[in-house]
Amino acid sequence: MELSEIVIQTLNGISYGLLLFLLAAGLSLIFGLMGIINLAHGSYYTLGAYVGLVIIQMTGNFFVGLMGAAVVLALLGIVMERFFFRKLYKRELDQVLLTFGFAYLFMDINKWIWGGVPRSLPKPTFLEGSISILGEAFPIYRFGIIVIGLGIAVLLWLFLEKTRTGVIIRAGVDDKEMVSGLGINIKLYFSGIFALGAFLAAIGGVIGGPIIGAYPGLDFEILVLALAVVVVGGLGTLKGAFWGSLLIGFAETFGKAIFPDFAMFTIYVTMALILIFKPSGLLGKEES
Amino acid sequence: MHRMLTKYPIWGGLLLLALFILPLLLSPYGLSLLTQVLIFGLFAMSLDLLMGYTGLVSFNHATYFGVGAYTVAILAGLGLNNFWLSLVLGISIPVLLALLLGLLVLRSSGPYFLMITLAFGQMIFALAWRWRTITGGDDGLAGIPRPDLGLPMSMWKAQNFYYLVLVFFAFACLILWKFIHSRLGKAIVGVRESETRMQALGHNTWGLKYLSYIVAGGFAGLAGVFYVYFNGFISPQELNWTMSGQVILMVIIGGAGTLFGPVVGAGMIIILQNLISSHTERWPISMGIIFILCVMYLRDGVVGSALKLRKKGRGNL
Repeated sequence: MELSEIVIQTLNGISYGLLLFLLAAGLSLIFGLMGIINLAHGSYYTLGAYVGLVIIQMTGNFFVGLMGAAVVLALLGIVMERFFFRKLYKRELDQVLLTFGFAYLFMDINKWIWGGVPRSLPKPTFLEGSISILGEAFPIYRFGIIVIGLGIAVLLWLFLEKTRTGVIIRAGVDDKEMVSGLGINIKLYFSGIFALGAFLAAIGGVIGGPIIGAYPGLDFEILVLALAVVVVGGLGTLKGAFWGSLLIGFAETFGKAIFPDFAMFTIYVTMALILIFKPSGLLGKEES
Repeated sequence: MHRMLTKYPIWGGLLLLALFILPLLLSPYGLSLLTQVLIFGLFAMSLDLLMGYTGLVSFNHATYFGVGAYTVAILAGLGLNNFWLSLVLGISIPVLLALLLGLLVLRSSGPYFLMITLAFGQMIFALAWRWRTITGGDDGLAGIPRPDLGLPMSMWKAQNFYYLVLVFFAFACLILWKFIHSRLGKAIVGVRESETRMQALGHNTWGLKYLSYIVAGGFAGLAGVFYVYFNGFISPQELNWTMSGQVILMVIIGGAGTLFGPVVGAGMIIILQNLISSHTERWPISMGIIFILCVMYLRDGVVGSALKLRKKGRGNL
C-alpha cells in the first residue's frame, strides 16, 4: 500500500467509525441503563435515512431533513418504550425478543413504503466535491461526517459528564436500584435513553445516506456492525463504544481495500480474537 | 409433576397416530402444509432444546438449518443424490459448524451471547450471498431432486415423502425426549435454573451447554435436509435472521420448554402464513405484530399455558 492510499483509507476508517459510533453509543447506553440489546437499532438507522430523504425532498434542505428524521425517530423511541417495553419491566430477555419483533415490523414497513430499490440521499451542496490529499482525491463530505461525528461524541461526553441528567444516567448504569432508592424516577430516564438512542441512530442514517444509501437489508447489515463495535469495545460505556467504533471502522475499510470480496471477515476475525482473549470487550465492565 | 411427565408421552403417541392417519384425509394442499409443519416442527424442537431447556436464546439457529439444506443442495449439484450420504453429511456438517462456533459463542453469556450468535449468523448469511461459485449467490440453488431411497416407492409422490419425513420426525421426537429426560438432560435444565449451583455440585456446566448447542445444531440440520428436499430450492434467505426469528416465534407461540409445544407453534405459524399470504404480500408485517403480541401477552405459549392451567387445576383439588 502506498502512503497516499494509507492516508485516504485512514480517513475513510475514521469517518466510517464515527458513523458507527452514532449507532453504537445508543445501543450501549440503552443496554447500560435497561439491560437490553435493542435489535431494532439498525431499523432506527434505516428508517431515519428514509424519513430524512422524504423531508429533504420536500424541503430541499439537508439539515432540516437531518433534524426532522432525528426528531421523528426520537418520538418513535419514546412511543416504543412507553407503550411496549415498560409493560415488560425487568423482563430483559422478553424485551430483547420484543425488539426483534419490531425489527421484523420495520423491515417490512420500509419495503412496503419505499420498495426494494436502493435509494441515495443528496449531499448538502457546500460539502460536494473533493480535495486532493497527496495526489489522491478525497471527498469533502467525508470530512463533514468526521466533524459531525466528533462534535456529537464531544457533546455526548459533556452531557454524560457535566449535566445532572448525565450523572443520573451514569449512576443508573452502575446501580439502578440505588438510583431508584434515592427517589429518582428511573423509568422516566428509560424513555429518554430510548429517544436519545433512536435520535442518534437517525442522525447516523441521514449523514451516512449520501455514501451508504438506504435499501432493504441495510437494517441488519448496520446492526451487526454496531454489535461488533460493542462486543469489541465493551457494553455500557461511551468510551468503549468510541474506541470500538474506530477499530471496527478501520477493520472494515482496510479489509475492503485488502480483500475486496471478503471484507467483512476482517470484522469477524477481530470479534473472534476479542472473544477469545477478552470476552467482555476491551473497555467493558467485567461480567459479574 | 411426575404424573404429568409420564402422561405426556401418551399424548405424544396419540398425536403421532393422528399424524399417521391424517394424510389419508387431506387434500394435496393440506398434505403439503402438514409436511411443512413436521419439518418446521422439528426445526423448532431443536431450538427449544436451547431456548427452553438450556436457557440459551440463540439468534442464529437458521444457520444450522440452512447449512444442512445447502449441504444437500451442493451434493445434488455434484450429481451425488444418495439419500444416506446426503443425510449423514447434512447433519454432520452443521454439527461440525456447531462444534466450532460453539467454542466462540459459548465463551460469553447473556447479552453478549445473543449479540454474537446474531453476528456470526449474519456472517454465514453474507458468505452464502457472496460465494457464488458454491452457493449460487442470491439466485440460490434450484432443482434439488427428491431423495431416492432405493425403495419401490417414489418420493416425488407427496404421500410417500410425507411418511418419510414423519418417520424421521418421530425418531427425532423420541431421541430429544429421551435426551431431555436423561441424567445429562436434567443436568442441562439445572444449568438453566442456576449455573453456579450446578458448578458447585461438580458439573462441567460449560460442557453441558456445549453438548446441548451441538445436539440442537444437528437436529436443525436434519430439518434443513428435509426442507430442501421438500422445496427443491434453497437461497441465502433461509440463513438470514428473518428465518431465525420465525423459528424463535414458533417456540414462543407454542411454549418454550415444552418440546412438543413448538411443533404446535410451527403448525400455527405455517397455517397463518399460508392464510395471510393468500390475501396480502405483507406476511412479514403480520408476523412482526404476532411476534410482539406473543412476547407481551402469551409468553408461556399455547401449550405452556395449557400445562400451567392443568397444573393449577390439580393444585386446587
